[in-house]
Amino acid sequence: MKKMVFLLALIVLCGLFAGCHGSEGRKAFVLPESFDESRQYEVVFWAKNDTNQVQAGIYRSAIAEFEKLYPNITVKLRMYTDYGQIYNDVITNIVTDTTPNVCISYPDHIATYLTGDGTVVGLDDLFEDETYGLGGSALHYEGPKREEMVEDFLEECSFGGSHYAVPYMRSTEALYLNKDYVEKLGYTVPDVVTWDFIWEVSDAAMKKNADGTYFLNGGTVMIPFIYKSTDNMMIQRLAQMEAPYSTAEGEIGIFSDQTKSVLYEVADHAAKRSFSTFKISSYPANFLNAGQCVFAVDSTAGSTWMGSEAPLLDIAAEKIVPFTTEVRMVPQVNPAHPKMISQGPSLCLFNKDDPQEVLASWIFLQYLLTNDVQIPYAETEGYVPVTKKAQNDPAYQAYLADPEEYAVKREATALLLAHTEDTFVTPVFNGSASLRDAAGQLIENVTKSVRRGETVDEAYMQRLFSDVSSLYRLDQITFVASAGTRQDLGPLPRTAVSILVLLGVAWAALGAAYLASWHKKRSSSDENA
Amino acid sequence: MKKALALVLAAVMVLAMAGCGGNSKVKSMTHAEYAAAAVDTEVTVAMTVQATQSWWEDKITVYGADKDGAYFVYEMKCSEADAKKLTPGTGILVKGTKGEWSGEVEIMDATFEFYKAADGYQAKALDVTDLLGKDELVNHQNELVAFKGMTVEDYGDGNAFAYKNPDEKTDDLYFKVSKDGQTYEFCVEFYLCGKDTEVYQAVENLKVGDVIDLEGFLYWYEGPNPHITSVTAAK
Repeated sequence: MKKMVFLLALIVLCGLFAGCHGSEGRKAFVLPESFDESRQYEVVFWAKNDTNQVQAGIYRSAIAEFEKLYPNITVKLRMYTDYGQIYNDVITNIVTDTTPNVCISYPDHIATYLTGDGTVVGLDDLFEDETYGLGGSALHYEGPKREEMVEDFLEECSFGGSHYAVPYMRSTEALYLNKDYVEKLGYTVPDVVTWDFIWEVSDAAMKKNADGTYFLNGGTVMIPFIYKSTDNMMIQRLAQMEAPYSTAEGEIGIFSDQTKSVLYEVADHAAKRSFSTFKISSYPANFLNAGQCVFAVDSTAGSTWMGSEAPLLDIAAEKIVPFTTEVRMVPQVNPAHPKMISQGPSLCLFNKDDPQEVLASWIFLQYLLTNDVQIPYAETEGYVPVTKKAQNDPAYQAYLADPEEYAVKREATALLLAHTEDTFVTPVFNGSASLRDAAGQLIENVTKSVRRGETVDEAYMQRLFSDVSSLYRLDQITFVASAGTRQDLGPLPRTAVSILVLLGVAWAALGAAYLASWHKKRSSSDENA
Repeated sequence: MKKALALVLAAVMVLAMAGCGGNSKVKSMTHAEYAAAAVDTEVTVAMTVQATQSWWEDKITVYGADKDGAYFVYEMKCSEADAKKLTPGTGILVKGTKGEWSGEVEIMDATFEFYKAADGYQAKALDVTDLLGKDELVNHQNELVAFKGMTVEDYGDGNAFAYKNPDEKTDDLYFKVSKDGQTYEFCVEFYLCGKDTEVYQAVENLKVGDVIDLEGFLYWYEGPNPHITSVTAAK
């Protein structure tokens, strides 16, 4: 009986541990000696396209070509139009141990995936493997070698000294401007546009005719300066000012006097209505192309929407106003030392119980770095390939020089190629995605507030910092400097609480069983005595 | 003693009345006052829920109406429990800021309370077919409207419609319809009518050249871009 009780308790415990589904505690991936090509594998790939069916088509044809090279691997594609949705789905699926094998993600998101031990495969050893690593000898295709990756881009995927992702495409932000309007106001477009210049011209663009219409377009709508991603606006501005944002370890520095100075500047121009944001007014491209905007900042990956000759349009053709579109770096504080953000999708490899399955996924992931995928995908927008092999390929060079291709797209691409060394990324840690959102929220709130007639002063700033910190739970992050790590003191997830309770119950059951057994034994010996 | 009792009873009644949630003393604007209000000003409007989009992270987008017009309340703050109560016909008092996004006039940053006085109103679809292409159409923005006898046009490559996300079908559907030589782009908003709804499936079965009647909420995106809720063969 005693044995049975203990066995039962043991089974309950084992069941409980098995119930801790998810891959927490999963063994680190160990590269098999060879890839077993006699087996069939299914690789689940979650990808994102910019609502651009050409990009979706490139993924599909890449998969078809890959499956010809590896008939034993089937790639199941799931397409998203939103990075945030991929992130949400991955987080959900980590809990149920149903992550994809490979997914497109932002580095900030991958930092969160890493909180599940063994969920994401560390790639450093894989990079170096002579057989299956970058440019490995056993690959059925000619992949890029380690030294053929753009080092700056690859380093963006290194967290805590190890690589947990591979860059897939890179872009930055660009300033798309209506040169005709700038000149009509009596200015000349400089090679590098400064913040001082853009504010001055934007305010000047609010000039009206006697009948109340705007001097520049004779119409009733004019928003001279519209910024698509206010997250990036704040991040880049702070970087240019060398002002605090966060440390590499996750210490938050954004609630500073420098940030306030940026916000006061934003408030000043938002009050004059010479500045607005995508969230408040809509897509910068729509206003720019309709002649209702002078300066539009958006991703180089959105360049095919920018300008009156843009191949992609979201407004009626009759609303388009012809003008000369110029592409410049985002506004700068110091033109001699420009700084711009590096952004774009990366590829993340998830761990599984079967190392052969992970290897199959890694082989597919690498295929996305071949010229056959990198070049056509980069050409869909103002993206830059992440390998020197693709960047230097004659076909890609010919594309950059092809006058038949949309000039604004080529200029946006050339901008990043020429300034790769001037790009930067923000530190990645668990919580960095929230900090990024908070950075943009500060600008959005100030802009909204002044438009609504609220006073933006020191008291407002204190409230704003407090509200945004609380909204994004930045106040729950405790940075432990000595350990070089940070602790999130947020409430335990419900599943964790349930598991802890169940564990407690199991231990109690064990204790009760032991007591019952002891009591029985004692009674029995008392009777015998 | 009687006086004291009466006083206590009166006090209890006052407190009880105050406890009857959903009967705010805040003055609601009429639709005309709302229409006249400037963008970026605070608005308070009593309305009846006509439909909602999916609740998400303590937010819900509401299509509301009163007898004089309609409202689009974008991402109103709302708990998941309250979202379940926001069924068509439910009265709510919405407080927020009037905004405009690509031509769509909406209430943003809104909060609400249940408001029994506005319970029950159900808008009937207004036939605006004759207003297509005319400036007056915008006067019916956000209302439940009907378009009759529209012809389905090629959305590209001979298809009658397009998925925003063709692989997963977890996003909006777009299609084009024409009348009197003018073509208009319509949309089935996924978070209003998902892939299991009749209208989503009806659009998936459309063929170029079909003549159909439609109903939907007159959303605006750089022009009329109604969120279609019903598609049937033209009568």
